[in-house]
Amino acid sequence: MSLLELNDVEARYGAVKALHGVTLQVGESELVAVLGANGAGKTTTLRAISGTVRRAGDIAFAGKKLPRRPDRTARAGIAHVPEGRGTFSELSVWDNLRLGAYTRRGGLKEDAQQVFEFFPVLERRCNQQAGTLSGGEQQMLALGRAMMARPKLLLLDEPSLGLAPLLVKEIFEALERMKGENGMSVLVVEQNANLALAHASRAYVLEVGRVVVTGTSDELRRNESVRKSYLGY
Amino acid sequence: MVAAFTWTEFAQQIAAGVREGAIYAGLALALVIIYRSSRVINFAQGEMATFTTFVAWSLMNHGLSFWVAFPIVLAIAFAGGVTIETVLIRPIANANVLTIVIVTLGLALLLNGLTSVIWGGGNRQFHGPFSTRTIDVGGVPISVQDIGIVVVSLALVVLLGLFFRFTKLGLALRASALNPDSSRLVGVRVGWMLALGWGIAAVLGAVAGMMIAPVVFLDPNMMQTILLYAFAAAVLGGLDSPVGAVVGGILLGVTITLLGRYVGFIGSTLKLPAALLLILLLLLVRPGGLFGRVAVKRV
Amino acid sequence: MKLKLGLEIFGFLLLAAIVAVLPRFIGDFTAYEFAIVGMYFITLLGLSILTGYSGQISLGHGAFMAVGGYTTAILTVDGIYGHQIRSLWTIPIAGVVAGVAGLLVGIPALRLSGLYLALITFGIAVSFPQLPKKWDHFFGGTTGKLLNILKPPFGLDTTANNWLYYLTWGIALVLLVVAWALLRGKPGRALQAIRDSEIAAASSGVNLATYKTVAFGISAFYAGVAGSLYVISRAYMNPDVFPIILSVYLVAALAVGGLDSLVGLIAGAALIYVLQNRADDVTRWLNHLPALDLDPKRPGVPSVVFGVVLIVVMLILPTGAGGLLRRLFGPLTRRLYSRS
Repeated sequence: MSLLELNDVEARYGAVKALHGVTLQVGESELVAVLGANGAGKTTTLRAISGTVRRAGDIAFAGKKLPRRPDRTARAGIAHVPEGRGTFSELSVWDNLRLGAYTRRGGLKEDAQQVFEFFPVLERRCNQQAGTLSGGEQQMLALGRAMMARPKLLLLDEPSLGLAPLLVKEIFEALERMKGENGMSVLVVEQNANLALAHASRAYVLEVGRVVVTGTSDELRRNESVRKSYLGY
Repeated sequence: MVAAFTWTEFAQQIAAGVREGAIYAGLALALVIIYRSSRVINFAQGEMATFTTFVAWSLMNHGLSFWVAFPIVLAIAFAGGVTIETVLIRPIANANVLTIVIVTLGLALLLNGLTSVIWGGGNRQFHGPFSTRTIDVGGVPISVQDIGIVVVSLALVVLLGLFFRFTKLGLALRASALNPDSSRLVGVRVGWMLALGWGIAAVLGAVAGMMIAPVVFLDPNMMQTILLYAFAAAVLGGLDSPVGAVVGGILLGVTITLLGRYVGFIGSTLKLPAALLLILLLLLVRPGGLFGRVAVKRV
Repeated sequence: MKLKLGLEIFGFLLLAAIVAVLPRFIGDFTAYEFAIVGMYFITLLGLSILTGYSGQISLGHGAFMAVGGYTTAILTVDGIYGHQIRSLWTIPIAGVVAGVAGLLVGIPALRLSGLYLALITFGIAVSFPQLPKKWDHFFGGTTGKLLNILKPPFGLDTTANNWLYYLTWGIALVLLVVAWALLRGKPGRALQAIRDSEIAAASSGVNLATYKTVAFGISAFYAGVAGSLYVISRAYMNPDVFPIILSVYLVAALAVGGLDSLVGLIAGAALIYVLQNRADDVTRWLNHLPALDLDPKRPGVPSVVFGVVLIVVMLILPTGAGGLLRRLFGPLTRRLYSRS
């Protein structure tokens, strides 16, 4: 049984329908990618899961019906790092991490240790205002904040956006470690399809709010139309 | 012209100014907390405080001592603040400025009228917890009451500061005000935080009311001028800075008292317009106030 | 286009006809009451230009009424260099003086938005009554100034109250036409653009500063005229004639009545009259309801009622009662300004 199951989920922004029935699954300790062009509905899918946007259709999470409000999905064990990272720029790095652990009781110090182990720069800048960090550091902070919640599922929106390739590599390596060490599943939205397929075990391709192709990374890399449209060769 | 200057009197004026300022600071802090979380200027803050002070008066009239009535009134104030936010403010959270202004004004009118209806007009003596005798502080006679007011007000402010900085709930409150969307994503119930903010503000107002009532006599219109000074203090300090509200309050209290005493032209009649002029000049020169970061004009 | 213009002109003529004929059917005192309503109507007219059109909130317009009132009082009683001026001539002067005060406020107001402006204007409303106490020699202090009772002009065969009624509503209709003309043309569209989006307006070449400041001046002018008339009707002026609460009532009535509906403005003016001048009667009227037995001498009941009304209306009808009427009756509703 999967950790996360979306069944024909629809979502709209006001009068505009963005998702026309998305069906996907994420298993335990799995890294799954969501690919597609701009406007395909990738971000909306994540938002529908976390409850940031209203949805029609059921989502099962860890066997139960997933609540529809963001604070409730957070408490159910889903951490969503949105586009723009959602950092509290006026608060310190430490306060941001503390907020990440909002739904947990105790264990603050140990969790923080793990985050600092993954991203040493955060420890160095512990008391700095989060808004003064560089783009890459803020992305690490966003991930660190998500880690503090010890989520069962991490929703990650465009982690590579605006970051240097070396940094992106670091981040994806951290994701793999988190997946292995903490038993966390990751659903990552990426425009950089090559990068995503290199790390994900499976992927879904969205077009105009629907899943058009799905399979393992290998299968997708061999798929002719996927290669032409998204992989560039 | 102005009467002769003596250092003793100067010190007394400063003490009186600090006491006035402590009251403004308490109410200004309430205004700032609400502004930070709900982005609303609560025109009803003064009337809320007056109402709860009357409740205190009634409790004491029925035989309770001040320090017994005190926590009861705070609890009532807290409940009142939470209710007001949930019932009146949350529904219009996204309405335009005029609507929000009218609602808080309507609330002010309602509470003011209710106070008159329930307790009737006229001045009342409010027996505060501090004696009115004076003690000698370095040769300057200062009233115990003034010291008590300042101590209580500042103690409350410090407690709140600790709460915001070091507790999980305080952090969640700060986060909700700064970034409600991200707060939800980490599991904070932003709605509850808003209500909590109003509850805390109501408590601050209640304390301010109970502190000032022994000094100015309790009547339904007691807080109106004080509210204006509190607005001035909040704007002076920066509408979104709690530290600014407190510093602004004390600064304003001292400045206005000294101006009133030593600048004959201003005297006691023009203190209020002077305060208004001060806010206006400040807003033109430094829109964010002393500590604030808010853009006065949202372009 | 032509049809709408026709409707508006028809509406105006209808109103003028009603105004002209009404005194025949109502008693003398009621004519006085309608006159007072007319004065508040004039103020609300000006305020709607400011808030409804240029989007600036003023919680201090009672102060502008007081400026007008004091101008009339001082010119009539003390005069200039000893020459007393007949009260009628002071009306436009009072308007101009108030208008200048409005311009002066309008200039710093440019730097303030929404809530901050509301705060500052509220501060003006609260502080202004202190000024006459300071310069009591000039303003007459707390006792104020006494004027001669208004008498109809020589030769006109009508009661003083009827004369007041015609004077007030005549001025009101004239000012209504002026407002209508202003807002129909380029200034009106500019103000609308400003209200809807300052950035867009500015980038289309609209001179924000001028329009916003002038809007303040005009609205203050209207308030000054109304204040002058009010003082003439009461025959005295002191700091309590235009209390702080009046400024609040003005904005509240505007919001409740709907920012730019003619019917709403008149209804709002009537509401202010009831609250401000007939407060006891509100209590007495409420006592007709079962289970209520309130002492009319006990202050506070009108405030409670009005407070509840404000809250309820704003929660349910954010565009005010006028907005609701417009939605219900569409083109039949007398629209003061055309909204494109």
